[in-house]
Amino acid sequence: MALPDGWEMVIGLEVHTELKTATKLFCGCANMFGDEPNTNICPVCLGLPGALPVLNERAVELAMALGFALHCTVAPSTFHRKNYFYPDMPKDFQISQYDLPINSNGYLDLPDGSRVGIERAHLEEDTGKSTHLGGSGRLQGADRSLIDYNRSGVPLVEIVSAPDIRSAAQARAYAAELRGILIATGASDGRMEEGSMRMDANVSVRKSGAPYGTRCEIKNLNSLRSLVRAIEYEALRQVELLEDGGVVRQETRHWDENLGETSTLRVKEEAEDYRYFREPDLVDLAPSDEWQSRVRAALPPMPAERRTTLAAKLSDPTEQQLDAVTLAVDLDLDAYVLFAYAKGVEMPLALNRATNELAASEVGVVNLSPENFAETLLMEQRGELSATQAKTVLSDILANGGEPKAVAAAKGFEQLSEDSLVATVTGLIEAHADEWGRYRDGDDKLAQFFIGQVMKATKGQANGKAVIEILVQRRAGS
Amino acid sequence: MTSAISIAREVASGATSAEAQLEKSLEAIAARNDELNVFLYLDEEGARAQARAVDEKVRAGEPVGPLAGVPIALKDNLCQRGVPTTCSSRILEGWRPPYSATVVERVLAAGAVAVGKTNLDEFAMGSSTETSAFGPTRNPLDPSRVPGGSSGGSAAAVAAQMTTISLGSDTGGSIRQPAALCGLVGMKPTYGLVSRYGLIAFSSSLDQIGPFAANVADAALLLEVIAGHDPKDSTSLPEPSPSLLAHVNDGVAGKRVGVVRELIEGADDEVVAAVNAAVAVLRDAGAEIVELSIPETRLGLSAYYLLAPAEASSNLARFDGVRYGLRVDAEDVTAMNEATRTLGFGAEVKRRIMLGTYALSAGYYDAYYGQALKVRTQMIHAFREAYQKVDFLIGATTPSVAFKFGEKSDNPMAMYLSDVFTIPTNLAGEAAVSVPFGHGASGLPIGVQLLGPGRSEAMLFAGARVLEVAEGR
Repeated sequence: MALPDGWEMVIGLEVHTELKTATKLFCGCANMFGDEPNTNICPVCLGLPGALPVLNERAVELAMALGFALHCTVAPSTFHRKNYFYPDMPKDFQISQYDLPINSNGYLDLPDGSRVGIERAHLEEDTGKSTHLGGSGRLQGADRSLIDYNRSGVPLVEIVSAPDIRSAAQARAYAAELRGILIATGASDGRMEEGSMRMDANVSVRKSGAPYGTRCEIKNLNSLRSLVRAIEYEALRQVELLEDGGVVRQETRHWDENLGETSTLRVKEEAEDYRYFREPDLVDLAPSDEWQSRVRAALPPMPAERRTTLAAKLSDPTEQQLDAVTLAVDLDLDAYVLFAYAKGVEMPLALNRATNELAASEVGVVNLSPENFAETLLMEQRGELSATQAKTVLSDILANGGEPKAVAAAKGFEQLSEDSLVATVTGLIEAHADEWGRYRDGDDKLAQFFIGQVMKATKGQANGKAVIEILVQRRAGS
Repeated sequence: MTSAISIAREVASGATSAEAQLEKSLEAIAARNDELNVFLYLDEEGARAQARAVDEKVRAGEPVGPLAGVPIALKDNLCQRGVPTTCSSRILEGWRPPYSATVVERVLAAGAVAVGKTNLDEFAMGSSTETSAFGPTRNPLDPSRVPGGSSGGSAAAVAAQMTTISLGSDTGGSIRQPAALCGLVGMKPTYGLVSRYGLIAFSSSLDQIGPFAANVADAALLLEVIAGHDPKDSTSLPEPSPSLLAHVNDGVAGKRVGVVRELIEGADDEVVAAVNAAVAVLRDAGAEIVELSIPETRLGLSAYYLLAPAEASSNLARFDGVRYGLRVDAEDVTAMNEATRTLGFGAEVKRRIMLGTYALSAGYYDAYYGQALKVRTQMIHAFREAYQKVDFLIGATTPSVAFKFGEKSDNPMAMYLSDVFTIPTNLAGEAAVSVPFGHGASGLPIGVQLLGPGRSEAMLFAGARVLEVAEGR
């Protein structure tokens, strides 16, 4: 979608991500999605009177790793209380970071070469989860509200971008790239559908080159699709408003996925005064140089670097192959591709099977080791399996596990012996003397005819390349 | 009155039993609790089980702790598993914590018998126990007068010999002031020396739990039991509990003692006279006396009444009717929050929540809260400088002896002034002890305050002991 001529979007994203720690940010309760409600709770995360927070070091480590991956300055920081009343926030304040966040001033490079600034990436605690029943279905006006405090105190990092994003597509690319980094650093599982990554978008529009316009914040965009749709809707709404001589009011807006519209949640004048002040129950957070170096040293390669590594193995890659490279890294399958490549599998084949068969697996790749992936592809490459057979073997191992050779044997994919294939081809040459004659005289198209006949005769178990080799030898010898 | 140390010794030796000591305690409570309103809740059943367990250990020849069989009272802002904990507020009525404060676990592990929960000013906001939602506590030495506050119930429990020792909390003087008014030893330890885990917060950066006892040695022993690092409190100091009891008789010979003008000025003449007499005793005991001025202490009260309410406004937000305690039903959740807090909190608590909310608000933060933080930093530096020159400081604990009910309760400023000498220590995060020394014309006890740098508790107890000995105790 493009805005009317002369208009430009200015977008900044705030991404909240749950950190993948074993326990919560300030207590020893399990950080686990989907458990029976109110089972992972204790005096601390219930905010019971007298309970005190103790900072989870692993959360600090993951936040630092994320900071380094985003090229941030990792600095001594403090915790503040953000005060407001909400029933799913048990202390009626949130422990967050304010003027001194752990990570600041970084950037994220996108696959298209653009760079988006990262203003800060700070630690804070999540709230509980409310379910409103009956009535309006929202907090005010519901008949009943149920609260699950399992999520209360789960560690979050809020990553705030600079207003550097200029289109919904770029916003999508930023979110996708950030998600890859969250997964690569181990900070998060990036599962948007489980709320592990939640986004707010600050959107404004301006005539190209003009100063920033008034922005609106769209809350709780929980998929890349919603992000794109909401930004496009909102930017267009603002342009239409301005072109009609109206003004944009600074406000927080709600995205309705079903209606495909944003609507006013609260205007700036109603904005809460959070009365931030230093959290007196926690001490300052000043990770030692030694700790920081350890975290930095343990940082795995980020998606951009991994894409470069993978693409470098392709000679003169096509657009399609580059997309496959991006997909392989996004799906965390590049290690499989590289392993197979190192074992002698051709890069296009490895990439193709990874981004098709492996990507399609409903249970992921837990049942398939990189060794078995490489072995299956080598069997295919050596002609011991046809392409169809190799795909079947992969799918079977992905679903049920097993060794490629054993699986192929169990499927009856015993490769035809060289002798029996020669015998089959010889028989077919005799039976189709006419076609053979034309082939022999140089009509290469007829090779496909013979391959088809061989496949038919062998129920698809023959290897096409081996058939061609026999045909070529025969032609040369005859 | 038998000391905690001798009770523990006799219980351990079998000369007496924890159960016998508990019965004595319960008798004393039965005799005067209706009159004095010291205990909000008596845990007779729990206490009997604890006493029995101690006695069984003794009979089995197993080791018992340093507080074996000693009856103790707990201020009702300390959580004890399964025992109602109210902070003397309607908003928490009926709440039973599912966990115990670290200090409660430690005194029980040391063999103490927790008899019950004592009255306090609501959420520890007050200096007389008059703000308690459950009625004031009376001073056992003169029931027409206040016992001080906010830990008035814990002070009265020991003064009325209902328990041998007790625990209180001190945010701006809430242990030292009632100790002075009830004729007891009361210590506000260094910030971080005692874990706050399980203490229902008033002002987190100022609150410290500390001991009440009838004598210095018992107070030292009790502090030794509760002090030391606790991984559940991030602000807890990393060191283990210091050795205190062993140093109680170290004396003050060779110590330099600073007499702080600002911590005496404005006190009643009889209080000034008592401090001067205490100074003379310390001099005779070999201390070198230095006259000092720490003008920053004059700003303490103003800074305190911004910082403490600011933190309180946040700490008390959780009492919203959603999860525990009082809930007043209303049409929606916001109305329910409001109705619950309107009915649940008393006037003083509301006053401080509003004060604190205002001090932290956008546009006012810099002028109020921010300014108060600067004063606090100045205070820390001023004390640090003083401790370059002297080992510890001396001043009055309170401007007067115990006052009459209603004398100050209509005038918050007059009430706030009763903590003027104690507040600076909390702002600086340091230690101070109040020890009874002399009496006023009314016959009521006067408290003298000894103040020291962080972790100077052993030295302060030794100084307090010198004054105690001079009085023939």
